Amino acid sequence: MNLTTIDWIIMLVYFIFVLGIGFLLKRKVKTSTDFFLAGRAIPAWVCGLAFISANLGAQEVIGMAASGAKYGIATSHFYWIGAIPAMVFVGIFMMPFYYGSRARSVPEYLRLRFDEKTRGLNAISFAIMTVFSSGISMYAMARLIQTLHILDAPFRRMSFPPQWIFDVSILFSALVVLAYILLGGLSSAIYNEVLQFFLIVAGFLPLVWLGLKNVGGWHGLTERLPRAYTHSWAGMSNPNTNPLGVEWFGLVMGLGFVLSFGYWCTDFLVVQRAMAADSMSAARRTPLIAAIPKMFFPFLVILPGLIAIALPTQLLPVASTAAAQSVPSAGEGLIPAKMDETGRPRLDQNGKPVLDYDLAIPNMLLHYFPTGILGLGLTALLASFMSGMAGNVTAFNTVWTYDIYQSYIRPNASDAHYLFMGRLATVFGIALSIMAAYAATRFNNIMDMLQLVFAFVNAPLFATFLLGMFWKRATGHGAFSGLVSGTTAAALHHGLTLSAGAAPGIKGAWLGSVLHVYPSEMAQNFWTAIWAWTTCFVVTILVSLMTRPRDEKDLVGLVHSLTARPSEENVPWFKRPAILGALVLAMTLLLNLVFW
Amino acid sequence: MGLDIRLPIGGLFTVLGLLLAGYGLVSEKALYERSLGINVNLGWGLVMLIFGVIMIVLGRRRTGNGEIRRSQVTQQRPDSSNH
Repeated sequence: MNLTTIDWIIMLVYFIFVLGIGFLLKRKVKTSTDFFLAGRAIPAWVCGLAFISANLGAQEVIGMAASGAKYGIATSHFYWIGAIPAMVFVGIFMMPFYYGSRARSVPEYLRLRFDEKTRGLNAISFAIMTVFSSGISMYAMARLIQTLHILDAPFRRMSFPPQWIFDVSILFSALVVLAYILLGGLSSAIYNEVLQFFLIVAGFLPLVWLGLKNVGGWHGLTERLPRAYTHSWAGMSNPNTNPLGVEWFGLVMGLGFVLSFGYWCTDFLVVQRAMAADSMSAARRTPLIAAIPKMFFPFLVILPGLIAIALPTQLLPVASTAAAQSVPSAGEGLIPAKMDETGRPRLDQNGKPVLDYDLAIPNMLLHYFPTGILGLGLTALLASFMSGMAGNVTAFNTVWTYDIYQSYIRPNASDAHYLFMGRLATVFGIALSIMAAYAATRFNNIMDMLQLVFAFVNAPLFATFLLGMFWKRATGHGAFSGLVSGTTAAALHHGLTLSAGAAPGIKGAWLGSVLHVYPSEMAQNFWTAIWAWTTCFVVTILVSLMTRPRDEKDLVGLVHSLTARPSEENVPWFKRPAILGALVLAMTLLLNLVFW
Repeated sequence: MGLDIRLPIGGLFTVLGLLLAGYGLVSEKALYERSLGINVNLGWGLVMLIFGVIMIVLGRRRTGNGEIRRSQVTQQRPDSSNH
């Protein structure tokens, strides 16, 4: 890694702006609403960009390119079947209840709609998950800085031991995120997320352009790669004939319906961005505006993975954990094989080298970018890690302060006290993330691990919200027992099944017996989610019917049938959620057809 | 919000654009072998510079709906020191 002064200056300029935004917004933070909800004063397009940027963390940039290299364009299902329909749904159908109920968080909506225990369960599991995710972001970033030898030269110059690089990277990123959130709260996080969004686009767009030019455009790419790599729906009728190893039903139901709706419609990390909007109409437009750039993200984050695997395998001074330069790599394209302790490539059961797909994006940057723009690309990469981290931290401090501290530890304190607690929560949230980062595990594909965690906790959630918002008969006892049994079902299913070629343990079948073997880990995860959702849905209905319903007058503003539709009379047509939503869906359908 | 988000975005892109384009002008040609012979620093630096300037102009004109509404509100209240 040959960074020169210009690269360091670019990184420095970026950090000055990030912290500068925090300082400029500091004087705006006077109440806890300013700190946690950005004073509910952010225009829709800003919320929209923050909505996707908060999710644009390590798992997206690194993970999506990794999946692109591993599975091909089928990875775009995470967007075109997954995220987009869910974002349209949350904007049109769910935002009226989130924003309209004046709940300050997603768990708080659950308390208003159901009861205290349902909120508590959601708040606590969510708080743990955010800390964990932000820790993974931090860990992945520190590992990357280590692997790419970014800090090696400066460390040598200052004669620091190179073992400190990992610790210094973690500490530095933690301090930057801590500083700007402490200063400006959610506004500062949102502003920085928007800044990071533009920076990530600026950093990766020239990369995709150069890569495509190099391989002869999309057409050249289709000629270099197997057919299934460039056709997103190829072989989807049978799990054995497509790279994902999952059939269309599992894909559409598991990923499209259960997991994606569970994430985009109920995860406070993203919903919080829409709740900060300056009006109901802006809040509803937030996810719809977000969906437009989101649907083009595959070109930014998945294409580099495809290009990386399509290029001829070369002797490059590419990053590999073994510091040796220009070793004939056992990898494919720009993607090196994982090395074992002796410096030989690790092999799978079929004797093929195990590839380190997470290096797709970093190696693309090193391959195409000369010094100067390389600094920009690396800054974009760092920015993506930080926006993921900051998103989690702001969601954590809100849920902790409003849903845990104010509810169970110290109710009826002054607003100034909760503002203070929010700042304190930011500090210990980040401290916990650092601990999570050190505890982070040794998965190849970050995406797979996050999917697993989301499947257990998030998959049943969407059933609860769906019934809560659209069935007035659903009760608190029903919701709670549904959630518990849904998560249990997820764990049971995962514990009794396995994916082909995997060993029992963290990959499944940890309950001792194997009832079913899925063709791929992804298929197993999708079906875990389907089981969890269905169990939660059925149990919630059954228990609700056996328990006493709540008075209808208590549910006004919380349930669809008892709430007046938001008026759209004065809204111009291009700002109406339904029209925007239809437009977004039509464009997504078109993208699916183009890459069929 | 007193600070229009487009100003810091414009500021960052203007500075980075100037830095990249400037470096692109003075750097040697051999540097660009890996980027297929294209001087990406100069080209992309200029693109970023243009984008940055546009954002600053838009931010200063305050054409965004949200901003207009709020700046009108703040103008009506003389005690506000937001601007």
